[in-house]
Amino acid sequence: MSAEVAVSVRRLEVAYGDLIVQHDLDFEVERGKIFIIMGGSGCGKSSLLRVMIGLLPPVTGEVLLCGVSVWQADEAERQRLARHFGVLYQRAALWSAMTLAENVGLPLAQFTDLTAEQRREVAGLKLALVGLAGYEEFYPAQLSGGMQKRAALARAMALDPEILFLDEPTSGLDPVSSRRFDDLILELRESLGGTVVVVTHELASIFTIGDDSVFLDAETHTLIARGNPKTLLAETTSPTVRAFLTRGELVAAAHQERG
Amino acid sequence: MDMSSPDHQTGEMHLDRPAPDTLRVRLTGTWRLDRRLPSAEQIERTLSESRDVRRIVFDTSGMDTWDTGLVAFVLHTLRCCSDRGTVVDRAGLPRGADGLIALATAVPEKLLGGRTEPQVWIARIGLASLAAGEAVLAFARFLGEATLALARFVRGRANFRWGDLAGVIQECGPNALPIVTLISFLVGLILAFMGAVQLRTFGAQVYVADLVAVAATREMGCLMTAIIMAGRTGAAFAAQLGTMRVNEEIDALVTMGIPPMDFLVLPRLLALVAMMPLLTIYSDALAILGGGFIGLTVLGLGATQYLDRTLHALTLTHFFVGVVKGTVFGVLVALSGCLRGMQAGRSAAAVGLATTSAVVTAIVLIVVMEGIFAVVLNALGF
Repeated sequence: MSAEVAVSVRRLEVAYGDLIVQHDLDFEVERGKIFIIMGGSGCGKSSLLRVMIGLLPPVTGEVLLCGVSVWQADEAERQRLARHFGVLYQRAALWSAMTLAENVGLPLAQFTDLTAEQRREVAGLKLALVGLAGYEEFYPAQLSGGMQKRAALARAMALDPEILFLDEPTSGLDPVSSRRFDDLILELRESLGGTVVVVTHELASIFTIGDDSVFLDAETHTLIARGNPKTLLAETTSPTVRAFLTRGELVAAAHQERG
Repeated sequence: MDMSSPDHQTGEMHLDRPAPDTLRVRLTGTWRLDRRLPSAEQIERTLSESRDVRRIVFDTSGMDTWDTGLVAFVLHTLRCCSDRGTVVDRAGLPRGADGLIALATAVPEKLLGGRTEPQVWIARIGLASLAAGEAVLAFARFLGEATLALARFVRGRANFRWGDLAGVIQECGPNALPIVTLISFLVGLILAFMGAVQLRTFGAQVYVADLVAVAATREMGCLMTAIIMAGRTGAAFAAQLGTMRVNEEIDALVTMGIPPMDFLVLPRLLALVAMMPLLTIYSDALAILGGGFIGLTVLGLGATQYLDRTLHALTLTHFFVGVVKGTVFGVLVALSGCLRGMQAGRSAAAVGLATTSAVVTAIVLIVVMEGIFAVVLNALGF
């Protein structure tokens, strides 16, 4: 396996009981890229993500993160693997009984030998990176939805993970905040250089940050397109993908104008 | 991922003075969070010892890899330098690190006024008293709203689903039978034993039947059932409604014009009001059975004799006092469960608090009400 592959999904089938969500998924994510998993609502994007981060067992197939199989790893290997990826959950999932500093500090305490003082420093830095300097002692319930999302991003980045999984990072944010969130992801990738896997159906995000993508189809229950979103928009022959990417002609026209 | 990179390599820091007013910080090795990193305190110390240092420069040519551990270190240095007015030249830092520092020191979001300042003790006492008064008012308001909802129900205008009512009845009636059976039977046993020890001194063991029958129907049956229901059903109500509050389900009801009082509280209240008398009667019967078991096996009384004494002691007054008390306790359990659930805050911890508080409130109210009943019934001569 090439060292440049961060995530590798092989012959994966995702199902809940008899209900097959997605089957025959085969793709690789190159290191350092922002990779979009897109598709309509209910096509299984989030379920696929849950399989990739080890929460939902697949029916068949495997997922390799940095060359380690998520579902064949033993307990010790999984522990080690957990240190190398971060997850931003759809509804932020910040621990409500802890302050933001404690939320970001907990993974640091779990996986590093930093002193309490240093952990506070690093947690403060992570919060500053997402624009939440000074909010260390706030509880999640005291923040707006957009700020909770950013705090959750800070927690996901606590350990400078090689792979960052973002589940619908901009859902529920206004267009300006959501654009700022996209810019933030680009800036962080620029300076930290990790791989980012984003599950989303927001066209604006897909075109702004996506280097590469897969399109999951809700009807055939498998992936039907693969490639850079802008290239896909220009070249795809699938009516489903075309309809998705040009939803509302205005969006498409605006995109072409921007170049 | 370089899971394989050697663990012994850590970040190191060396300080030297290329010019009298300049401190050079040379950083070498691996500057990563999962390694032990030097503390920026050494720089701080050097700065306070040698006051002539006006400038800090970084040299990172000997550094292998870095992550935000380095950035946190530099930020600390920046902070203590800006306090002293020392100039920091960031040119020597890796390009990406410089970008992250710029991002982290960018103008932060305006702080919201959400932080609570610690209070002096007298203010805390005052606030707690006000909160206690507020809590009593809240309960009164809730009781009033529940009464109005009940009135709407009587006039057939309440907005709730009969299926919900059936579900709650199933949950707090039949599903509670096993635990009520066990506890009531044991209470009967205990009453019989206690009574027997005392009555034996007078040779009046046969009156154990009277004692068990009166104590069970009048006091213990309804009290034990109410306490079981407070722990079992009241807690469940608070947790259900509290979780609905967290998920904004209650807000959704309100915005759709469905009063949560009708839709959520009423079925729970009605279910307990319907089930508590039945559970109380069931509990009475089981307690008498438990007492009889002891009477027949341990005390050697005859079955006919025991039954005869029981029927002689049991009057309709005792029976109805127990049933009425049980029903009132049921109302208290339902109200405290629903009230605490509806008042719950919007976090997991708040739902836990609401559940605890529901059980405590219910038990306190039950005991207070038991006292009121004792006084009133005594005055009325029942």
